Amino acid sequence: MKEFLEGSLAVAEAIRLCKPGVISAYPITPQTHIVEELAQLVANGKLGSQFVNVESEHSAASVVLGASAAGVRAYTATSSQGLFYMAEVVFNIAGLRLPIVMTCAARAISAPINIWNDHQDVVSLRDSGWIQLHAEDIQEAVDMHFMAYRLAEDKSIMLPVIVSMDGFILTHGIETVDIPSQEQVDKFLPSYKPLYKLDPEDPITIGPLVDPDYYMETRFAIQKTMEQVLDFIPKVTQDFAKVTGRAYNGLIEEYRTKDAERVIVAMGSVCGTIKEVVDELRAKGKKVGLLKVTAFRPFPVKSIYGALKDIPKVAVIDRALSLGSFAPLEAEIKAVFSGKKKRPSVISSFVVGLGGRDITKDSIKEIFRMLTAKERSAEFIDLKPELLKEEFSDG
Amino acid sequence: MKEIRIHARAGQGAITTAALLGYVYFLKGMYPYAFPNFGAARMGAPMNAFVRVDSKPVRLRSQIYEPDYLLIADPTLLRGYNCFSGLKEDGVAIIDGTKDTEIPKLKPGQRAFVIPAKEIALKTIGRPLGNTALLGGFCAATNEFSLDSLLEAITKRFKGKALEGNIAAAKQGYEFVKNRSKV
Repeated sequence: MKEFLEGSLAVAEAIRLCKPGVISAYPITPQTHIVEELAQLVANGKLGSQFVNVESEHSAASVVLGASAAGVRAYTATSSQGLFYMAEVVFNIAGLRLPIVMTCAARAISAPINIWNDHQDVVSLRDSGWIQLHAEDIQEAVDMHFMAYRLAEDKSIMLPVIVSMDGFILTHGIETVDIPSQEQVDKFLPSYKPLYKLDPEDPITIGPLVDPDYYMETRFAIQKTMEQVLDFIPKVTQDFAKVTGRAYNGLIEEYRTKDAERVIVAMGSVCGTIKEVVDELRAKGKKVGLLKVTAFRPFPVKSIYGALKDIPKVAVIDRALSLGSFAPLEAEIKAVFSGKKKRPSVISSFVVGLGGRDITKDSIKEIFRMLTAKERSAEFIDLKPELLKEEFSDG
Repeated sequence: MKEIRIHARAGQGAITTAALLGYVYFLKGMYPYAFPNFGAARMGAPMNAFVRVDSKPVRLRSQIYEPDYLLIADPTLLRGYNCFSGLKEDGVAIIDGTKDTEIPKLKPGQRAFVIPAKEIALKTIGRPLGNTALLGGFCAATNEFSLDSLLEAITKRFKGKALEGNIAAAKQGYEFVKNRSKV
């Protein structure tokens, strides 16, 4: 049913429909509204989950780890410092092959402290073994959670999924959302049947010490599974389309790229703003397009190669940094074309919207303007030169 | 596409106003995107909320710099802060204020309406939350939707005493602007 809902409440509604056995979370802006709503749904008897209040994100992640190991569907959500506080457990959850779903309300990282949106938190956990999906709008964020559980819990996958939605822009934005019915969700998402679980009646050990004779194979197994995930995501999105009518590619989205001469590559809500600019520039006869990356992990190398190989000039937008090197998405896109004959003649990279700095249509137009024959790396857009005077002056 | 910028202080209900305004458009079958922009996260700090609305889903995620309409929930924000920045040539501003509220010089096509929204709210709701009175004024000043559409949205979002008070506040805000324009 179509409703006018805040992003956080819409996601809470999606989680209610997924019927997790255990929810545990610690509030942090801008994720708080999601778990507040879930706590209320549980308290009001509208959701049969056990909601475990904890004193920190490290414990929240540990609780869902334990719950999932005991064989139930589990959910948590966090943001920024909270995600980093969880980090140790986040890696453990993937290593233990526990199909937990977590929402990250993407936000900047301290210091200096900043509660606003960018992607530094979620992108920094790219090596954790979690599948990582980035939503463009609230509807996509909602739908990703259903698909995330389906993906995570498939016996051929058994990996956790993080759904990233831009803090404030999507978590606190209110828009028209189509929430599927319980019947539709049940049809798409069967109840969770674990392969193994911790059970006192039938004891097993999970997560023991693994010495050098065995450790590498466990990592190899996840790496191989990630390859399978790339093939499996399109099957999941097709099944989802059959039930709801909403079709997603799940890996990437090509927007007016077919005959494009210049294409921006980006993730998250900024893709909406880019689509607006693409339409405006197309109306003026400029051949521009957008490649939206939905799956950041696993990284859809083949799909991206196919989408960009014939594009002359590509601009990669990062909303995070790997300080001292290429920007994160820039590095990945450049790696896709390393040693390839067919490739864009220019792959430039731009950093935009850190710590909530607004990304306007002008920011995007500036990137298209700067996408020339001169290749750029991690070029900052919308910097304020007056704020940099002191830092870089001689005196 | 229409763009509305709300100026308020944190705690004055700007987000509720944006949500309610968006909801009116939603009930009309339009696609609103209502969103806040927080400054310092404390009561009383200046903040904005926005509504961008179109007949198709809104994709643009930036803040609003050239609004069609302004809602100013606190006249003290007019001092030392340019609330009117970027207002369109034919833009309309609805301001919660009094006869003494000074508004900047407008361009020929622009219009501004000062409504004693907090006063209305104190009488109707019992608290100085002028949002629904402002929206009543907005409705009369812009003709974006009918008063009935606004009252329908309020009826679906409020209950009991709050519902009664907010209905009365919206009607009085509406009447205030209607009567003023006749003069």
